Amino acid sequence: MADKERPAKVMVYRHAAVTRATHWINVLAISMLLMSGLQIFNAHPALYWGQKSTFASPWLSMTAAERGGEPIGLTTLAGRSIETTGVLGYSGKVGAREPRGFPAWATIPSYRDLASGRRWHFFFAWLFVINGLVYLAMGLIGGHIRRDLLPTRAQLAPRRIWHEIVTHAQLKFPKGDEARVYNVIQKASYLLVILILLPLMLLTGLSMSPGFNATAPWLLDLFGGRQSGRTLHFISAGLIVAFIIVHVALVVLSGFWNNIRSMITGRYAIEVEETRS
Amino acid sequence: MSTDRRRWLSGAGATLGGLFLAACDRLNANPQVTKVLQSAEGLTLRAQRLVTDRNALAREFPASEISPDFRANGTTSPSDEAYVSLAAGGFADWRLVVDGLVERPLSLTMAQLRAQPARSQITRHDCVEGWSSIGKWKGARLGPLLDQAGLKPQARYIVFYCADSLEMTLDGTGQYYESIDLIDAYHPQTILAYDMNDAPAPVKHGAPVRLRVERQLGYKHAKYVMRIEAVDDFSQIGRGRGGFWEDRGYEWYAGI
Repeated sequence: MADKERPAKVMVYRHAAVTRATHWINVLAISMLLMSGLQIFNAHPALYWGQKSTFASPWLSMTAAERGGEPIGLTTLAGRSIETTGVLGYSGKVGAREPRGFPAWATIPSYRDLASGRRWHFFFAWLFVINGLVYLAMGLIGGHIRRDLLPTRAQLAPRRIWHEIVTHAQLKFPKGDEARVYNVIQKASYLLVILILLPLMLLTGLSMSPGFNATAPWLLDLFGGRQSGRTLHFISAGLIVAFIIVHVALVVLSGFWNNIRSMITGRYAIEVEETRS
Repeated sequence: MSTDRRRWLSGAGATLGGLFLAACDRLNANPQVTKVLQSAEGLTLRAQRLVTDRNALAREFPASEISPDFRANGTTSPSDEAYVSLAAGGFADWRLVVDGLVERPLSLTMAQLRAQPARSQITRHDCVEGWSSIGKWKGARLGPLLDQAGLKPQARYIVFYCADSLEMTLDGTGQYYESIDLIDAYHPQTILAYDMNDAPAPVKHGAPVRLRVERQLGYKHAKYVMRIEAVDDFSQIGRGRGGFWEDRGYEWYAGI
């Protein structure tokens, strides 16, 4: 950096206070929900499709098995098994390994305790829901969703989309005026997460409630049964994890401190193209 | 990113992650924190009471949906002496006692219980662990039975005492029990089931009688029911939280 001439920078106000606050509350809530969710999953580390469990043939399972007299972890998806000893099915410190779906480092609490896992999960589920409603209400009233997240007509031109995909793949990030707004890939992924995946977590979660089922049986029909609801809850959580991984990687690659500062103070630095040569 | 920096970052990440987990475990062991987390439980209960019709029926399924592999959890073969001898006699000496805050305490034989107003239903059983099984249940409706005994006006909860000890304790708090409120007690699908899938319920599923309180999780469906007591308060029973699993940290309201 130091050997090159620094490009000129301007500071723009990028994130409103509501966006920043709800973002960090969401970071907390989703982390806790994810880890307590894995604790709950571990109480019965198997997934099925339909109304009921078919114990002999789960769609996904994480179990302890034996190979050559040694216990191993086995993960089975749609009939195909792979050994996952130490991570899925059978994990723990060497010498004190135990059968468990996800390992201790991924669950809250780290030891097996379904009752506690449920307490953490439902507490942060409320925080997640209230936070999400505040975000959506403010985003609709204040115009954040329409103004910043809905792609413009120009952005939806196939050539423009292709250009975005290519530059993203090359890890070239927009500068100048282009950096003032979200690009179309950003917009699409944020909308997918905010309007589809996160609400899906809530709805599939509710579809697992026998109390709520009696009131809203249509929700069960929508997902194809309670066990399908549970499986979709898990898949949807997996997609959110995938989003988080890509999101954090891009935050790091496209200027870590600038991004972090903008999500804390709202101010984001943009490199403007030099007019002088 | 240089390898050094990457190694430093992943090292720092692992350390932070470890600290975070240790902190969570410590918080989890803190009764004050548990109390805060439990406050959400009250919110969940009130929210469900608000949006749900308390008389709504749980979904009933066609016979083709009955699970061939209905799982049995908790106690599957009680070793308690009294139960073992009752089972050996084919439950001929079993009596269902209904007492507490009632005008006319009852003691019913199986034949008398089978003569009560009954209901059949094919419903889904949802274990708190996450699995579901579908079974057909037939049993005496609890509501009419309570009317026969005549609830006193102070009665607020119905407590079910079971024959099985799920945990060995010196003070007897390992005995299984459950409790529900009167709205659930009078719900049409709340039955004392003696038949499962058109045959007397097998021991692993609660013979001679198990409670079916549809719309709640599996642990509310007490097996091996011996005595039903109407009470105004359950804080003096067991460890005071209304049920065996409730005493061990699970929700009394098991609607989610």
